[in-house]
Amino acid sequence: MLVAGKACLILAFVTCLYGAGASIYGGRTRRRDWVASGRRAVYALFGTVLVAFVILEAAFLRSDFSFDLVYAHSSTTTPTFYRMAAPWSSQEGSLLLWLLLLSFWSSLILHFSKDRLREVAPYATAVLLGFGTFFAGLLVFMESPFQSLSGFVPAEGVGLNPLLRHPSMMIHPPMLYSGYTLFTVPFAFAVGALLTRRLNTDWIRSTRPFALAAWLCLGVGIVLGARWSYQELGWGGYWAWDPVENASLMPWLTGTAFLHSVMIQEKRGMLKVWNVSLVLATGVLAILGTFLVRSGILQSIHAFGASTLGIPFLILLIVMIGGSIALVASRSRELRTEHRLDSLLSREAAFLGNNLVLVAMCFVVFWGTFFPLISKAISGSESSVGPPWFDRYTVPLALVLVLLSGVGPLIAWRRATFANFRRNLLVPTGVAAVVLLAVAVFVGRSATALAMFALGAFVLAGVGQELWRGVRARRAMNGGSLPRALVTLVQRNRRRYGGYLVHAGVAILFVGIAASSSFQQARDVKLTAGQSARVGDYTLTYMRPTSRLVAAGNGRLERIDFGADVRVVKGGKVLETLHTHRSYYPSIGPMLGPVSRFFEGETESQVGLDAGFSRDVWTAVAPDTSLLRPVIRQGDSVFEGPGAKLPQAQRDELLAKTLVGLTDRYVRDTPPATFRMLVSPLVNWIWFGAMIVALGGLIAIWPSPRTVGRRVSAAYAARVGREARQPVGV
Amino acid sequence: MDPSRKRRVRLVAALTTAVLLAGALVWTSFGSAAQTRTPSQLLASASAGQSYQLTGKVVPGYTRDGTVTNFRVRDRTGTASVPVRYAGELPDPFRGGREVIVNVRKQGGVFVGEKDTLVTKCPSKFSAAKPKSQS
Repeated sequence: MLVAGKACLILAFVTCLYGAGASIYGGRTRRRDWVASGRRAVYALFGTVLVAFVILEAAFLRSDFSFDLVYAHSSTTTPTFYRMAAPWSSQEGSLLLWLLLLSFWSSLILHFSKDRLREVAPYATAVLLGFGTFFAGLLVFMESPFQSLSGFVPAEGVGLNPLLRHPSMMIHPPMLYSGYTLFTVPFAFAVGALLTRRLNTDWIRSTRPFALAAWLCLGVGIVLGARWSYQELGWGGYWAWDPVENASLMPWLTGTAFLHSVMIQEKRGMLKVWNVSLVLATGVLAILGTFLVRSGILQSIHAFGASTLGIPFLILLIVMIGGSIALVASRSRELRTEHRLDSLLSREAAFLGNNLVLVAMCFVVFWGTFFPLISKAISGSESSVGPPWFDRYTVPLALVLVLLSGVGPLIAWRRATFANFRRNLLVPTGVAAVVLLAVAVFVGRSATALAMFALGAFVLAGVGQELWRGVRARRAMNGGSLPRALVTLVQRNRRRYGGYLVHAGVAILFVGIAASSSFQQARDVKLTAGQSARVGDYTLTYMRPTSRLVAAGNGRLERIDFGADVRVVKGGKVLETLHTHRSYYPSIGPMLGPVSRFFEGETESQVGLDAGFSRDVWTAVAPDTSLLRPVIRQGDSVFEGPGAKLPQAQRDELLAKTLVGLTDRYVRDTPPATFRMLVSPLVNWIWFGAMIVALGGLIAIWPSPRTVGRRVSAAYAARVGREARQPVGV
Repeated sequence: MDPSRKRRVRLVAALTTAVLLAGALVWTSFGSAAQTRTPSQLLASASAGQSYQLTGKVVPGYTRDGTVTNFRVRDRTGTASVPVRYAGELPDPFRGGREVIVNVRKQGGVFVGEKDTLVTKCPSKFSAAKPKSQS
């Protein structure tokens, strides 16, 4: 199977080269057969890479340790669910997933646009296959997932890092990669449009669902990563301004800016240079994110120092940036704006403001992320900025962003009158003022949190007002019940109301972030069983220690858990008993004894969480295993001495008894344990807000049947018109 | 004011604002940054009270006393090491041999870690130790 996998990758590489060549040749000579052949090469690429991916997945599911990758990232005790996700925990497997998703999304866009964009599509195909060539080349020449271990096939693998054994990790990387690869689609079509000078809105309309899907996937991926961090990493936070986190945020910010500003181009023919620059920048940032993860040029909690892919990625980035600048500069005449901004009191101005804020945020994140390199280049001394520096700039920018996301939907295109502006803003402003007063009186004094609460209320009231007005107008025209009118209203203008829902979700999400970061109460305490600690209004009592041996599906011991039951009391009332534990996974180090290997491998915290609408009570335990050390050493010595002569079955039985004794000992003679305890308000609002954003995004992407019909007939008319009148070519 | 002049004024105002903001960004980033140092660089020159971002590998054999952990961090490729005292929860992957990043200030002969700044590099993704393999 290793040979078949390698053959698939070589075939994929050759297919990319052929397809890119065929597309360029077809585009330049107007040979439709060559253009179609190039497009079919993309389909073939998807098929080939899918076969390679299935071969790799099957090897992981079978625990085929003749695959180097399976040995290094899986084991027989890794649960099946996580074995399926294990391929993308490796450099090679994640590159293969990148290529698979790239070929899938490329096939999709080229299939749907095959009767449209006839001039642009061949060059876009070549660009997409150029990315394909790059990634297939990396997989063939540098990081093959189909390498074998020389000479022997181990009976057991290293295992998947326990930190990655979380449901979010099954979805988080594919969502991020989908976001990155989907952003290459508008990038490729923008390059195609620039090359062919077809710079009307056709390419934008065709790629808009892909840009929206990219934005949605990347956003969902980011939130899933935040949730994983909150639940899995044992520190209670969800965002640390780590370079790899920042790498995913930057294209999301510019992508969000593009999705707004492109509406101005569609409606008014403005901001053409800005839009095409945003698309190109987003594509570059998507690759930059992948580069950051694999190059090791910046210090990050994610380990990639061993990677050798920095140089190829750097070359790709230089080509992308240089090519983009040259193309935009050489097409400045065609990109001239058709209209000017009529008034600062207009939706265009609000969108422009929102774009500037988003790009400023992206610049702040970029500057802070790359500051170690910048400072070294300028001063010769490497320095880095921490979360307070990022917060200093992103918090006020986020406040302005939420304000603009509330104002945008309430203001008219072109030129709004003051009377109209006042009428639309009256109710949302009133609601915001009431919320501001209520929160100031009842909650606390953090100025930024208060401002965010008020602005969040402003946005929600604005969205509610718009929905109410739309529903009322609909009922006045067609009658019917309120829910029916609401559904019809949204169905008939999914993009608009999906967007409103996104704004509402973002407001809720930001309120959650403001509350949880401003009003969080935290304590790190050392407790013995029976002792309590007070965190805010809550008393947390360490009730009892817990321990257990956990077997995998195949009956082999997977891990040992040491934990604690913690009772949560507020105002004398018991609210919940939380369970938190730390899992100890065995190391396969050959020098370790059979007992001590369980305490020298990876560990993973399971937090105790009482999540609620208004607050989360969160705790994680760090058990003290120091008292067990002598017993562990004694156990190892037994296996080195008399135990070494026992048959394997008896050794296994003895090991099981020893470990059972060890877990009993922990519960019986448990030392004090260290706890981190947090009470964080409104954390659930972050996840709830993100779900609303995702729902809004899905509504905005989903084409209505009427739109599909209209698009087909418009595309047909456009095709007939173009074929009759226009020459093709660069 | 005629429209073209109005546009020019707006453009100048917008550009001036952008330049001022960018200037503030650059100024504060240099002012509030922690210098990145390896253990051998800290041994060579470290001022008391100054914040540094220390990167290196944890030397095996650290001790815990309640929420306080005492450990040494050595150069990635080398043996020079500095003692670190850190109060607070340790990340799950923390152990001897792992790469860490932590903000520290020198107090006497010890580098005291700033709260909640210790991160351990995730050992999973792209750096698994492999036995010899063949292509």
